[in-house]
Amino acid sequence: MLTIEELTVEIGGKPILKNINMEIPPGETHILFGPNGSGKSTLMMTLMGFSGYDVTHGRILFKGEDITGLPIHERARMGMGVAFQRPPTINGLKTGQLVKVCAGQRPVAVEELARQINCTQFLERDVNHHLSGGEIKRSELLQLLAQDPDLVLLDEPESGVDLENIVLLGDTINRLLHRGVKFPAGKTHREMLQARPKSALVITHTGHILDYITADRGQVLYNGHLCCSRNAREILKWIGEYGYEECFRCAM
Amino acid sequence: MRDVNGGDIDFRQYRTEAEAHEYIEDLGRVAPSDAEKFLQVGVSTQANERAGTFIQMDRSVVHCRTGQEGLEIMGINQALARHPWLAGYLWRHISPDGDAITAHAKAAPAEGYFIRARAGVKVAHPVQSCLYIARDGFAQNVHNVVIVEEGAEMHIITGCATAPHLTTGLHIGVSEFYVRKGGRLTFTMIHDWGEKINVRPRSVTMVEEGGVLVSNYISLRPLGSLQMFPTTHLAGRGAVGRFNSILVASRGSRLDVGARILLEAPDTRAEIISRAITYGGDIIARGDLVGRVAGIKAHLECKGLILNDGLMRAIPELTGHVPGVEMSHEAAVGRIDRREIEYLMARGLDEETAVSTIVRGFLNVEIEGLPPPLRARLDQAIAETQKDMM
Repeated sequence: MLTIEELTVEIGGKPILKNINMEIPPGETHILFGPNGSGKSTLMMTLMGFSGYDVTHGRILFKGEDITGLPIHERARMGMGVAFQRPPTINGLKTGQLVKVCAGQRPVAVEELARQINCTQFLERDVNHHLSGGEIKRSELLQLLAQDPDLVLLDEPESGVDLENIVLLGDTINRLLHRGVKFPAGKTHREMLQARPKSALVITHTGHILDYITADRGQVLYNGHLCCSRNAREILKWIGEYGYEECFRCAM
Repeated sequence: MRDVNGGDIDFRQYRTEAEAHEYIEDLGRVAPSDAEKFLQVGVSTQANERAGTFIQMDRSVVHCRTGQEGLEIMGINQALARHPWLAGYLWRHISPDGDAITAHAKAAPAEGYFIRARAGVKVAHPVQSCLYIARDGFAQNVHNVVIVEEGAEMHIITGCATAPHLTTGLHIGVSEFYVRKGGRLTFTMIHDWGEKINVRPRSVTMVEEGGVLVSNYISLRPLGSLQMFPTTHLAGRGAVGRFNSILVASRGSRLDVGARILLEAPDTRAEIISRAITYGGDIIARGDLVGRVAGIKAHLECKGLILNDGLMRAIPELTGHVPGVEMSHEAAVGRIDRREIEYLMARGLDEETAVSTIVRGFLNVEIEGLPPPLRARLDQAIAETQKDMM
């Protein structure tokens, strides 16, 4: 689904990501661990094509196509979707209207979708205007449900969400990735897996999200280098025990 | 700073005489090109959508009708002849010596409207008025009086426009509005002047105890220059004043628009919200809130966007004369935030559509009481204006 080759990225002339190589096969969810400032969000923003993130070397392939120079909306239309940690407020644009925008040409039952993930109360509010941390997460996921991307990029989905809401959040992410057990819509597990495979890259600092979603692999980004790639829970255990210092020792 | 006293207007350029226009009994007979202009400023020639209509062309009242008991609509001269007391309402709160504009209006008056809702009358549909300049170079100096008597409610939609292809003109509107105890006036003004027209309204509204004034102002199309700074006195306990304005200035247009609200009684509330976009023109967006007694609340919000180039100046002022006033303002001037554009692009919109979606949202101020067909036309006008902006 996604292949990153020797990716080097600068912000304002300062190198942030250094020679990143990564492969996310179809249907797999990967967790990206890393301490603050390691470059996790930079990687996500670069994958989506945001301005200010200059690719100085390497390339990004999505569904086999080189998208390194493509504008953001073309990547979105090819099937990439992102949930932001701190999205901007858009005055005068209602959340419900934006959900329709996300669905593009496809019909979307906005109210029904919003009801399922407890978002109806802000459909008529301006996008991200005075939303709490948890509401922002739900609003972002509501938009992604309507967009139905094949590769989902999630930036710190659990941050700022209380324990009550994190279960719903985890369920929603699993549903988005066709990995849920709560929304099977009468299908068997095998039938669900055979449907269009969804991939994901989930950024996390604490790893708490792993209690609610399943992951196929974990990667650690440290100081702009991808320094570890293995079982996500195993990585989390090591980080839990020794902190990111261990990653630093490994990377040395 | 631009001259706000009319010193920049050369009155010798304008004629104060114009030939009389024939009275039109049946609005269906309005020339199609004029009817189209009326519609663009919210004035419908379909009588059933409105409680009453007043149309003035140059200096002639060409149509005047009321469709509801207790609602009076007529030319100001006719009204002065019918109600001798009315003379005391003209030039009561606006002095002819105020500036060069009011002096000119006093010296060469050209009609205006008188609209009154009698005590307790709730006017069901909006009343519409249209002030139209058809003659090239004409100075249309109107004097308007609106009275909302005790407990009455009324929405006036007033559209101002010029005939197509007019090259010069001056519009001076002296307006004195009175909202009596417990009355409610919603006043929506939509301007579509020509590119060389200079516009200088001078307005004062008195709002008594428990009265409400909601004033909406919309100017999306090119014009020469516009300078206005209406004053509202919230003179009675619990009176409310709300001003919303949507301004768009293209190259060559100069808009200096604001509102001053004086909160003179306890529990009065005021709000001024302005959204302005320039794409080559000049906009000064003013707001002035004056709190004279304790227990008042007032808020001012001026937001301006500069697309490509142009001048945008926000001048918010707050004055509190005593402790116990609660007044705030929020002003912002800038271009569209790149993060907002890219956020929408990440949802699949191309850049141009993302920008126009943001602009439409920016101008999407909730305008109270706007009939749905007019709201739809306004949205359409915003969409059309957007094409020119991009």
